[in-house]
Amino acid sequence: MSKLNVSSSELDLDRPNIEDYLPTGSIQEPHGKLRLRDLLDISPTLTEAAGAIVDDSFTRCFKSIPREPWNWNVYLFPLWCLGVVIRYGVLFPARVLVLTIGWIIFLSSFIPVHLLLKGHDKLRRKLERCLVELMCSFFVASWTGVVKYHGPRPSMRPKQVFVANHTSMIDFIILEQMTAFAVIMQKHPGWVGLLQSTILESVGCIWFNRSEAKDREIVARKLREHVQEADNNPLLIFPEGTCVNNHYTVMFKKGAFELGCTVCPIAIKYNKIFVDAFWNSRKQSFTMHLLQLMTSWAVVCDVWYLEPQNLKPGETPIEFAERVRDIISVRAGLKKVPWDGYLKYSRPSPKHRERKQQSFAESVLRRLEEK
Amino acid sequence: MGSTSSMLTQYDIEEVQEHCDNLFSQQEIVSLYQRFCQLDRTAKGFISADEFLSVPEFAMNPLSQRLLKMADGLNFKEFVAFLSAFSAKANMQQKVKLIFKVYDSDCNGKVTFNDILEVLRDLTGSFMSDKQREEVLSEVLQEAGYTRESLLLLDDFIKILGKSGLKMEVEVPVD
Repeated sequence: MSKLNVSSSELDLDRPNIEDYLPTGSIQEPHGKLRLRDLLDISPTLTEAAGAIVDDSFTRCFKSIPREPWNWNVYLFPLWCLGVVIRYGVLFPARVLVLTIGWIIFLSSFIPVHLLLKGHDKLRRKLERCLVELMCSFFVASWTGVVKYHGPRPSMRPKQVFVANHTSMIDFIILEQMTAFAVIMQKHPGWVGLLQSTILESVGCIWFNRSEAKDREIVARKLREHVQEADNNPLLIFPEGTCVNNHYTVMFKKGAFELGCTVCPIAIKYNKIFVDAFWNSRKQSFTMHLLQLMTSWAVVCDVWYLEPQNLKPGETPIEFAERVRDIISVRAGLKKVPWDGYLKYSRPSPKHRERKQQSFAESVLRRLEEK
Repeated sequence: MGSTSSMLTQYDIEEVQEHCDNLFSQQEIVSLYQRFCQLDRTAKGFISADEFLSVPEFAMNPLSQRLLKMADGLNFKEFVAFLSAFSAKANMQQKVKLIFKVYDSDCNGKVTFNDILEVLRDLTGSFMSDKQREEVLSEVLQEAGYTRESLLLLDDFIKILGKSGLKMEVEVPVD
């Protein structure tokens, strides 16, 4: 518990003020002399608590859409059955085949390139980049990804960093098939972790563990080094730090915004008509998530490469992060909420409670003096 | 598949409605059930303290620990009954009764000076000293015609809070 506290007080620096977002006026400022009834009346605080139990904006960010049982209809049911047969009996095997061929091509060229071209770093990197892009295209094809890219394609230059909203790990695959980004990501267990530490390392990806406070410093240092080099792949960061259901954006971590680089926002919006692309990592493993995508009709999404932004004079990194979040939210039609996505893994800091206690105490003391 | 919400039958809903004095409509109970299932992540039939605290807006509340003692381990029927005081249809007495229960930590039907002091401590934290709290409380109690030794009953609470028009309503989102 104490360890959690340490890291959460550290995180506090990253936070925009939650009170700025929460509905105000629920606790009114009464005046006049303090009476017993004023002390005993805890209804505003209770109402807030009950309101949070009934509905809250944080949990809503991570709610997946339940699949609607539209097929319970005599006319549609046979059609739906046909659809199931095609999706599982035809599409799915075909997609597995595509993915297998993709892996064979990829591995049979990646391994030789990686091992044989040790001396020719530039050529090797270029080839590896192309191969990773190719592999990602196979992945996108394996869920019949219908992806529309809007805006100019990212190019490689120093001192720029791309930030995007995060719905699922497939965000990364979708962006990677166009441009070989170097991504900052949570280290995953299982086969994904294996890919991360072998293949993706070669495109310059950086891994960290969310819960390790030590990792933050190392990642920050690696980031600074990475953006300085012109030769490195463009850097991609998902500043939300966790997958959100593509209806909301949670707070952006400021790390990407204090590198002194140009920030290029990318907005990703999924169309959920065929499948909900939100990866709820609490409920599903990534393999199950991929299987769900591979047995659906298609994954439809829009990607916008937006106008690059720079830190304005006098702007703090947090304000800058909020401004970029605003741009992405508007473009993708997402609602902004004040929460830190890491609250999925930890409790809010006691500071917020203390602020409420302070304002209550002050009002009591002030009214006591009003005679 | 997450279509559990539609598994409530009319009988179930009516039973729950009866349990909460019909303070919630059927629609509202369906919504509350969905929410209950969402918070009860492991589908064990009740919401644990930890699951309540996973809602940051709740965890930030100064009274959350106190409320947890009342809400921890409630099944759905009890959960709805607990929330029913916040329905727009609940009358003043029902609302005051809930407030009284929050103060009456040992559930003996009497609220002592210390009970009130403890709630006040939750509300003000380190921003008032123990001495300040005691002074404030003694003063306002005296003014209202009580002493430090008086035991407040539910009727006293109704008398004290009843006139002030409590605003204690939570809207259940219905889709």
